[in-house]
Amino acid sequence: MTQSVVIQVGQCGNQIGCCFWDLALREHAAVNQKAIYDEAISSFFRNVDTRVVGDGGSISKGKICSLKARAVLIDMEEGVVNEILQGPLRDVFDSKQLITDISGSGNNWAVGHKVFGSLYQEQILEKLRKSAEHCDCLQCFFIIHSMGGGTGSGLGTFLLKVLEDEFPEVYRFVTSVYPSGEDDVITSPYNSILAMKELNEHADCVLPIDNQSLFDIISKIDLMVNSGKLGTAIKPMSLVTSSAGAFKKQQEKPFDAMNNIVANLLLNLTSSARFEGSLNMDLNEISMNLVPFPQLHYLVSSLTPLYTLADVNIPSRRLDQMFSDAFSKDHQLIRADPKHSLYLACALMVRGNVQISDLRRNIERLKPSLRFVSWNQEGWKTSLCSVPPVGHSHSLLALANNTCVKPTFIELRERFTRLYKKRAHLHHYLQIEGMEESCFTEALSSLSALIQEYNQLDATKSMPAEDLPRLSIAV
Amino acid sequence: MSIVTVQLGQCGNQIGFEVFDALFSDSHCSQGLCSKRENEAYQASCKERFFSEEENGVPIARAVLVDMEPKVINQTLSKAAHSGRWKYGQHSCFCQKQGSGNNWAYGYSVHGPRHEESITNLIQKEVEKCDSLNGFFIIMSMAGGTGSGLGAFVTQNLQDQYSNSLKMNQIIWPYGTGEVIVQNYNSILTLSHLYRSSDALLVHENDAVHKICAKLMNIKQISFRDINQVLAHQLGSVFQPTYSGEGSFHYRRNPLGDLMENLVPHPEFKMLGVRNIPQMSENSLAYSTFTWAGLLKHLRQMLISNAKMEEGIDWQVRPPLSGLPTLGKMSLNKEFHFNTSIANLVILRGKEVHSAELGAFKDPALYTSWLEPVHAFSVWKTQRAFSKYEKSAALVSNSQFLVKPLDMIVGKAWNMFASKAYIHQYTKFGIEEEDFLDSFTLLEQVIASYCNLGF
Repeated sequence: MTQSVVIQVGQCGNQIGCCFWDLALREHAAVNQKAIYDEAISSFFRNVDTRVVGDGGSISKGKICSLKARAVLIDMEEGVVNEILQGPLRDVFDSKQLITDISGSGNNWAVGHKVFGSLYQEQILEKLRKSAEHCDCLQCFFIIHSMGGGTGSGLGTFLLKVLEDEFPEVYRFVTSVYPSGEDDVITSPYNSILAMKELNEHADCVLPIDNQSLFDIISKIDLMVNSGKLGTAIKPMSLVTSSAGAFKKQQEKPFDAMNNIVANLLLNLTSSARFEGSLNMDLNEISMNLVPFPQLHYLVSSLTPLYTLADVNIPSRRLDQMFSDAFSKDHQLIRADPKHSLYLACALMVRGNVQISDLRRNIERLKPSLRFVSWNQEGWKTSLCSVPPVGHSHSLLALANNTCVKPTFIELRERFTRLYKKRAHLHHYLQIEGMEESCFTEALSSLSALIQEYNQLDATKSMPAEDLPRLSIAV
Repeated sequence: MSIVTVQLGQCGNQIGFEVFDALFSDSHCSQGLCSKRENEAYQASCKERFFSEEENGVPIARAVLVDMEPKVINQTLSKAAHSGRWKYGQHSCFCQKQGSGNNWAYGYSVHGPRHEESITNLIQKEVEKCDSLNGFFIIMSMAGGTGSGLGAFVTQNLQDQYSNSLKMNQIIWPYGTGEVIVQNYNSILTLSHLYRSSDALLVHENDAVHKICAKLMNIKQISFRDINQVLAHQLGSVFQPTYSGEGSFHYRRNPLGDLMENLVPHPEFKMLGVRNIPQMSENSLAYSTFTWAGLLKHLRQMLISNAKMEEGIDWQVRPPLSGLPTLGKMSLNKEFHFNTSIANLVILRGKEVHSAELGAFKDPALYTSWLEPVHAFSVWKTQRAFSKYEKSAALVSNSQFLVKPLDMIVGKAWNMFASKAYIHQYTKFGIEEEDFLDSFTLLEQVIASYCNLGF
């Protein structure tokens, strides 16, 4: 069994990360009733004997003593990380695995990337090596950050190059929160585009998220909960937004509900690697199946169901509804409509009491309404994990490599261009050592090249899929 | 003589468990419908073939379990141990921590050489437990990374190390619509490599077995467990003991050798399909009776019309009249095509088996012209009923059964290859475009050869 390390960078990254660890503990507590430190839990947690001072405390088997998250927390302001370390999850984090500063990055990618990057490079390397040493077989780094700010965006992407050089065999999965239309950070287009170039070049897989979509999902749930139609019939723990049963008793922060969705995304993504099932899917299979060309590694995700009704006898119609919802534009975690764009590949990761026949029936049913690229007409990757998420009897995570991600990039480019044309706020960046105008133009062309790739694929959408002439053999 | 089974990857291990379970259950089944002495001889033969014995009497499967990540093997070992009836050897498994990521190149080029010695040693230990080795089963899927890539590597290895022993690969053909996106690449690489190093490829198609579960077994929510059990039943119906010859009541000692001799006369033609009849849920079984004539009639029609199960058989398909040329080369697009065979093996188990009339299978019109029917057709029998079926018949066929599925896989892989999609994942680990082209060439050759059987 392999291990993964989560690197949470910046305010957004750390807040999401905190929710993730909370829900991860809840999930493992629900599955692992006897509190034995097993391989599943070891993928994200170390087992430490806290009486032992220093490094010797790791316990590899037997009862759980004290769980420590395989995490590195990075923020150039202290506020968020301090709050985490004083909150109910304080014992879960190793206080040595933090890197903080006081002044923050001022929503400036260049400060995060160039200034703090060089300042903290050694420390970062040291913490990463430490966390890798604690792993028997490290498979993946999960980086969580936002694109629009300074630390998550700049320092978060600086990290990627470091990881690539230092741990070339380990996968880099990045969960990136893209700025919404009504983003209040003026420079977010600059930050995002500069960060995109790094994601293009150094990430294995990116899961783009945007706040607006998360917010819309929450509104939808609130509507259902409060409409009186379902009312108290929803199982509280099953809400994809809820922290019920977790350490944090109240949802104090306004973003908690939204962050929980992303946390659930990460849990579901790794469930088939951690838990048993009849058709396992490891993290290396995600990259293998969903990334047909190295640059096209942006995956649109959707999670269903968003909640479970309290009635136990769920007819299979509900099961099929779960599959249908996964393809609706209302369930995507980014503004995207996969059904009306072109699929390059699609993964369906199912958890719980679902069998291969349910999976096949739904693929057959939904296939006609989806458009797949000509060379991957049967581009489905599927997995069945026996362990459902907390509060559900089954769930589905769909990952789509789909051209529907293009509008997000185009919009980002437009906002960037509007600012850049007027050279607004540019001096804040150019005055940083190592930053030149070429950084901006290169980042812009990197994004344009990516958009162009998607355009070329979209152009093939309406063409009929023809079989190419085969090799002819002399008999 | 004994058969050593190598179970590779998730699929190989999950199926391997069901196979040993089916073999054991059948051999200890109380409804053998034969004399006690007969039953004991059957049991002894099955045991010698598939199980070795430990001090406290619990039979140990003659198997080596290999996977590149631990979850499935752990489950498999504990399932067997929990049954209390048989188990796997304590030290018979080899496991790593990180799987092959559905990457054939990784399974073949990285895991293969890296773990060659350990795996070879394990197999050696298992072989040493056999008084005499008949050969190997290698159970693997084509779609993933370990079963397919590492499976191809291990088979090659076995060819070098045990050149005198026979190897039969039990290959699981994935569902046509995606279990794995790169399954077609993995499949063509697997098949082309196995063609060079294996003695026979016995193919089991997930789609076909799935239909059997749905239509014949009436299972509502079909799980992989159901699929694997049907598959195990098919395999058991072929490889459980049978009499060594016409008129003999001793059990055959060299099933693999006999099978290869009968079914694989030419190295260009190694693809075998299996069908068995009847196949139904246990509830229905109690209410059914069969005649050999009826069963064989259906089985023969399944053969010539290429039906995958006994429902929906196309009775319109007829063998060409002898002496007249067949309707030209097999066209892959034509619907009602007659399935030409190179060789067939029918296995009959149950009551009054000696009364079964098999002349219809010896019709030269069924076969390609370059073998005499007396050489092309063989039959194995036993009076001992299999797995509670009063009468059952299985067919292992070297025929055009697999041409269409193979052609489809090659076609899809070719389309994907033309766009170069996913190729970087393979070249990363040393499998170059040229290796792909070699595989395509070899398989197009195999397809063409099988298509031309009608001449």
